[in-house]
Amino acid sequence: MRPDLRILLPVLSLAVLLALVFWLQPRAMSYRGLNLLFNLAVPIALATVAQMIIIMVNDIDLSMGTFVSFVACVTATFVHDTPVIGYLMLAGAVLAYAAIGALIQARDLPAIVVTLGMSFVWAGLAVLVLPTPGGAAPEWLRTLMTARPPFVPMAVIAAALIALVGHLIVMRSSFGVLLRGLGGNEKSVAKAGWSPVLLRASAYGLAGLFAVLAGMTLVGLTTAADANIALRYTLLSIAGVILGGGEFTGGRVSPVGAVIGALTLTLAASFLSFLKLSSDWQIGAQGAILILVLAARLLFARRARA
Amino acid sequence: MKTLLARPWIWAWVAAALAFALTAAISQNQGAWGLAVAALTFSAFSVIVGLGQMFVITLGPGNVDLSIPATMTLAGTVSLKVMDGGAGAEVTGLAIALAIGAGVGLTNYLLILLIRIPPIIATLAASFLYQSLAIWSNRGLRVKPPESLAEFAVGRSLGLPNLALLALVLSVLAWVALNRAAYGRQISAIGQNPRAARLSGLPVEAVRLATYMLCAVLAGLCGFLLSCFSGGAALNMGQEYLLASIAVVVIGGSSIGGGRSNVPGIWAGALFLFLIVSMLNSYGLGAGVRLLMTGLIIIAIVAVGSRGPRGT
Repeated sequence: MRPDLRILLPVLSLAVLLALVFWLQPRAMSYRGLNLLFNLAVPIALATVAQMIIIMVNDIDLSMGTFVSFVACVTATFVHDTPVIGYLMLAGAVLAYAAIGALIQARDLPAIVVTLGMSFVWAGLAVLVLPTPGGAAPEWLRTLMTARPPFVPMAVIAAALIALVGHLIVMRSSFGVLLRGLGGNEKSVAKAGWSPVLLRASAYGLAGLFAVLAGMTLVGLTTAADANIALRYTLLSIAGVILGGGEFTGGRVSPVGAVIGALTLTLAASFLSFLKLSSDWQIGAQGAILILVLAARLLFARRARA
Repeated sequence: MKTLLARPWIWAWVAAALAFALTAAISQNQGAWGLAVAALTFSAFSVIVGLGQMFVITLGPGNVDLSIPATMTLAGTVSLKVMDGGAGAEVTGLAIALAIGAGVGLTNYLLILLIRIPPIIATLAASFLYQSLAIWSNRGLRVKPPESLAEFAVGRSLGLPNLALLALVLSVLAWVALNRAAYGRQISAIGQNPRAARLSGLPVEAVRLATYMLCAVLAGLCGFLLSCFSGGAALNMGQEYLLASIAVVVIGGSSIGGGRSNVPGIWAGALFLFLIVSMLNSYGLGAGVRLLMTGLIIIAIVAVGSRGPRGT
């Protein structure tokens, strides 16, 4: 699929879903309505970009949800109470992510198993940091996430900003080219003199940074945290990358698509609640939407080849 | 001795034995035999789903079934509801659990084939549907299993837990299928080089269909047994078996990249996982430290047991 076609399907899915939501609930077509619809999209979009970076280097991160939960717990406790220690802990978490990437490359380990193991580690640390739900959001974070800029809601501005920054780093910088090269053809990158261990470590570190931002913005929205706050993010982030036109191998991803994929998923949840669907079927309907979009992708791929 | 050391599953057994010794040394209240019985009973569940996951993983990179937890829950809730705790319906219940597994396997395979999405996403997306079906059919009910099944699930024969014996029989069958039957050669061939397998005329799609169905049927059976064992089905009963099913395969020395699998390692991996958790429990550690240690130990085992840097 050509890159410009790749982005077409995510944009179209989002537009169709948005039209359906407006049709079901015309009042959503306002500043306030959009704000409510996309409120939780910012942390999901950040986590999706993080997952996308991991998928870009041919791995998959099954610890995303527990890691974002851990970051949320640290943000609601240490960052709020003793900022210096809090930020040091978050920096340590990013370094830990880089170390995992280095370990996976150096020992040729299956990422799926290592990140499943890490999901236990982050879950354990989250429970240690915040044994019972609670904590408080740092003041500046709360102000930032609930800001009401004129004309366009904060969530929409933030999503556009995330997409732009992601695009600049991954698609436009030489660093991004190297990382995509690691996913596309590891041997040729190594032959060109770059250390695959260092590159995979940087990819994981960058993903860790985006995931840290996801956890922090989540606390800014919810004002409190608990150890299970973001467990859904593992699945949401993977689904968002796929909805956004990313592929599992070869470093073929799209940061803009990933953000749009995350917005689509957030909207799907709102859409289902507008449909007054029985809560029994909420998760199932999300799975069905995912399958539908993937089926649509196949049609697009055929059209593009013809 | 040298051939024994070369086996891919040997380190998992060493680790399991070590964990057993360390746990038995500090748990005075139940003794070594009690610990062994508990380990065998609980490992049986991970072994049953692990065998299915092993066959799927053997098919090659990207092949993994993430719908196992939802399948277990669906099979457990529906079969218990149909039996409704009464005697005489045991065979029907088992048949329903297995049929649900077969249906799930077929659905998973069709999604992979028709929509051409990676199995990991197909089984993940479909598992949402299975979970919803389970929630819808269950409606918060907690039906007790029939007396006879509950007794079988917690009972022992020849001094060993029934469930462990059942898992052992299944393991022997799986070993024969993997190492002595054409089926095993076929999945290994597909896992090592799908293109070569296709060109040499293997029925690649039929083998893949059979494998996904086998995995889901085993998950259905495991869900059925687990809900009989624990006195009822719960909507989160399959949760921990997502990690367990993959971890036991990898800890046991099978290649996550496919094509090279072994059955004895599944048992070692399952026993090791259970023993680690009970060891950390008997040291009186809190939930947080326990989770942390479990994760670190899994990663350490995988890192030590790996075949080393790429290309060597």
